[in-house]
Amino acid sequence: MVELAHRRFLRVRRPPASPVGLSIVAGCVFLVVGSLTSTIFAQQTVAGLATGAVYGSLALALVLIYRATEVINFAQGEMAMASVYVAYQLMQWGFSYWEAFFTTLVFALALGIVIQVVLIRPVQHKSVIAVVIVTVGLFILIDGIVDWIWSADIKFMPAPFGPKVYHEGGVAFARNDVGTLIVTFCSVVLLWLLFQYTKLGLAMRAAALRPAAARLVGVRVNWMLAVGWGLAAVLGAVAGLMAEPAVFVLQPTLMQPILLYAFAAAVLGGLESPAGAVVGGLAIGVFLNLVGQYVHFVTSELRPPFAFAVLLAVLLVKPTGLFGRRSVRKV
Amino acid sequence: MRPRPVALGTAAVAATAIALLPFTLSGYHQALAAQVAVFFIAILGLNVLTGYTGQISIGHGAFMAIGGYTTAVLSRDHHMSLALTILVAFAICFVCGLLVGLPALRLSGVYLALATFALAVSVPQIPLQFSKYLGGSGGVQSATTLGHLRLYGTSWTTAAILFVLAWLILRGRTGRAFRAIRDSEVAATSSGVELAVYKTLAFGVSAAFAGAAGSLFVMGTNGFAQPSEFGILLSLQILVGAAIAGLGSLWGVLAGAAFVGLLPTISSDVPVIGSTHGQDVVFGLLVILVMLLLPTGVAGLLHRLRRPQART
Repeated sequence: MVELAHRRFLRVRRPPASPVGLSIVAGCVFLVVGSLTSTIFAQQTVAGLATGAVYGSLALALVLIYRATEVINFAQGEMAMASVYVAYQLMQWGFSYWEAFFTTLVFALALGIVIQVVLIRPVQHKSVIAVVIVTVGLFILIDGIVDWIWSADIKFMPAPFGPKVYHEGGVAFARNDVGTLIVTFCSVVLLWLLFQYTKLGLAMRAAALRPAAARLVGVRVNWMLAVGWGLAAVLGAVAGLMAEPAVFVLQPTLMQPILLYAFAAAVLGGLESPAGAVVGGLAIGVFLNLVGQYVHFVTSELRPPFAFAVLLAVLLVKPTGLFGRRSVRKV
Repeated sequence: MRPRPVALGTAAVAATAIALLPFTLSGYHQALAAQVAVFFIAILGLNVLTGYTGQISIGHGAFMAIGGYTTAVLSRDHHMSLALTILVAFAICFVCGLLVGLPALRLSGVYLALATFALAVSVPQIPLQFSKYLGGSGGVQSATTLGHLRLYGTSWTTAAILFVLAWLILRGRTGRAFRAIRDSEVAATSSGVELAVYKTLAFGVSAAFAGAAGSLFVMGTNGFAQPSEFGILLSLQILVGAAIAGLGSLWGVLAGAAFVGLLPTISSDVPVIGSTHGQDVVFGLLVILVMLLLPTGVAGLLHRLRRPQART
C-alpha cells in the first residue's frame, strides 16, 4: 500500500532530512546510550519494546482498516480478546499452545471476514458515523457474549515462553519479552511480504487506494475489504495472545487498556501509515516504561492521562501525526 | 429555524406528557425517567457540537465527570443547594469546553475523535491521583440527596430549560454560523464567519450541557460521584444515543435518550437473557440493528416519513 502511494510521490523532490526522522534517530541514540550506561535502563527499554510491539500490532490492525474504509474499528480490541478466549478453550480441549495459537489465527481471520460482510458492508456507504457506531455496538456485544460463554472470572492460560530470564552482561531479559518481540516482528514482516509481493496483496492495496479504478480492472473490491478486516483481526489476535502472558491472567477487560494505547500509537504514527503505527507503538511502550521508572510524579494512575497529554502535544505540533500527510482541502 | 406551529405543538405535547408522567410512575421508575433526562441533556449537547458544527467528540463523559464532581464537592464542602450546583457545573464545564475547544481547532475528523476519546479516558483517572480532595476510587458523597419525585422534577425542568436555550442559540446568527461551518469551513470563512470563535463556542456550549447532565447524573446516583461511573462506557453511550437520535429532531433526541437510558434496565427484566451479560448482548445487538436499519437515526426516519406529505 505504501509503495503505490510513494511511487507517485517519488518524482516530487523530498527534503533530505525531515525533523521527524531526525527526532526518531535521536530517540534511538538516546535509548542505546542509556542502555549501555545503565542496566536498569536497558531492562526497562527491552520490556517497553515488548509491550510496545503489542500496542504496535494492534495499532497496525487499526491502520489497515482505516486505510481501506476510513473507519476506526472500536471493536478491534474486543475481537482480539474473543480470539484469546478461543485459544484458551482450545487449550482446555487438549491442544498444545502453538496448535491453539495457529488455529486461533484461522478463527480470527474468519471472524474478521464475517463481521465485515454481515455487519459493516450494509452500512459502509451510508455514513461513517454509522459504521463507527456499529463497531461500538460490536464492542458491547462481544463483551456480552464472552461474559456469557466463559463468565467474567479470571482465567489462567499456559504461558508460551515460560518464566525464564536470560542474563546478558548484568542485564536481565525476560524470555517472554524476547518471544513477544520475535512473534510480533514476524507477523508484521509476513504481512508486509503479503502486501508487497503477492497478487492478493496488490489487489488489496489497489482496492484500498482507488476502489473505483480497481473494480474496473477486475479486482473484487468488496471481497478485498473483507479480507482486509480478516487480516486485521489476525494481527489483533496475535497482539492479544502476546499481551495475555504479560498480565498473567485472562479476563474480558484484557484488551481495553491496550486498545487505548494502540489508538494513541496509530494516531501518533499518522493513522495512514503502517510503519508509523509500529513505530508509534514501540515509542509509546518504551516511553511509558521509562517514565514509570524515572519520573516519580507519574504514578500508575496518572500514566494514561500523561501519555495522552504527550500525544495531544504531538498532535498540536503535527495535526496529522508523525508520518501523516497533510491533505489539501479543495473548495 | 422559525418555530412552525407543528413543531411548537409537538413540543407542547411532549412537555405536558413529561409533566404528567411522574404521577403514574413508582419511585423507581421516576428515577429511571430522570436518568433519561440526563441522557437527553447530554445528547442535546453533543448534537450542538456534532450535528451543527460537524466536530466529533467521544469525550463527553469527561465533561459529565467534571460536572458531577463539581456538584458532589460543592455540596460536601460548602453545603450548596443542589439546584445551584447545576449552574456552577454548567459554568465550569463551559470554561473547560472552551479550553478543550481551543486545541481542538487544530484537529479534525478522526484525530479530533481520538483526542476527545483520550480526554474521556484521562479525566476519570484524576480523582484517583488527588484522592485527598476528590475521594479516590471511593468517590465523593454530596451532603444532601434528592427524593425520586424531586429528582424527576429537577432533571426534566433542567432539560426543558436547556432545550429552550439550545433552540435560542441555534435559531439565529450563531446557529447559522455553526451550520455554515459544518457544511464547508472554507465557504464559511469566506463569508465572514469567524471559524475559531464559533468552533470554540460550540465546544463550550456542548461541554456545558454535558456538565449539567453530569451534575444531574450524580444526583441520580444518590449524590455519589465515583470515577468508575464516568468511564469510557458513558461517553460511548452518549455517542450511541446521539447516533440513534440523528440530527435536528426533538423526538430523535428523546428516542436516543430513552434508548440508552432505559434499554439496559428493561432488557434485564426479560426472563431468559435477563442477566448482566445478556443485557450487554441485547444492547450491542440492538445498537447494531438500529444502525443497520436507520443509518441516519430516528431524525432521518422522521424526515423520510414527513417528506411525502410535504410534496403533496
